[in-house]
Amino acid sequence: MMATIYFVVMGLGVILCLLRMLKGPTAPDRAVALDTAVTVTVALLVLIGLVLRRRIYLDVSLVYAVLTFIGSVAIARYLEGGIE
Amino acid sequence: MIWGWWVTGFGVIFLFLGSLGVYRMPDVYNRLQAGTKCTTLGAFCTIIGVGIIEPSWFWTTFIIAVFVLLTNPISSHALGRASCVSKVKLCKKTKVDQSKGFCGEKDKEDDNS
Repeated sequence: MMATIYFVVMGLGVILCLLRMLKGPTAPDRAVALDTAVTVTVALLVLIGLVLRRRIYLDVSLVYAVLTFIGSVAIARYLEGGIE
Repeated sequence: MIWGWWVTGFGVIFLFLGSLGVYRMPDVYNRLQAGTKCTTLGAFCTIIGVGIIEPSWFWTTFIIAVFVLLTNPISSHALGRASCVSKVKLCKKTKVDQSKGFCGEKDKEDDNS
């Protein structure tokens, strides 16, 4: 019961980030919205693993966090124009 | 452990408020601040709360929470610096701008872009 409320609230957060990603005037706006949406999704994956009683979701969440960190730093380097 | 649900709920409220700040704030830098600080605390509390609910999962969730706590400010700093270098405008209500000279060698070039 509590977990359903948590899922709805976090889903609303992800939808707000996606709306900003559609509306955002510049490219760094979209990158910031993507970063926020991914952090919400990492917490959501851990909570899904608690509800479904599958421990593999913790590993999925950790790998997703690592890959997104690398991708976010790569997007930042690209926006600086500094990939030599 | 029933009070793990309270810790998780605290984190979920912070995650939602961070996303609302990303949607509502007027500027890239304000959005970056709202979307990073609230989201770091929210994700930390949510993941640690799941570890409190299920005590045999505690150390794995602790590793994920510490990783989020370490890498989220780093990526936020990189994005903020990138938007400063690529000359994204501040919003019109800004009173003080101290970013002169912090944005790399690109400031010495012409300001046509």
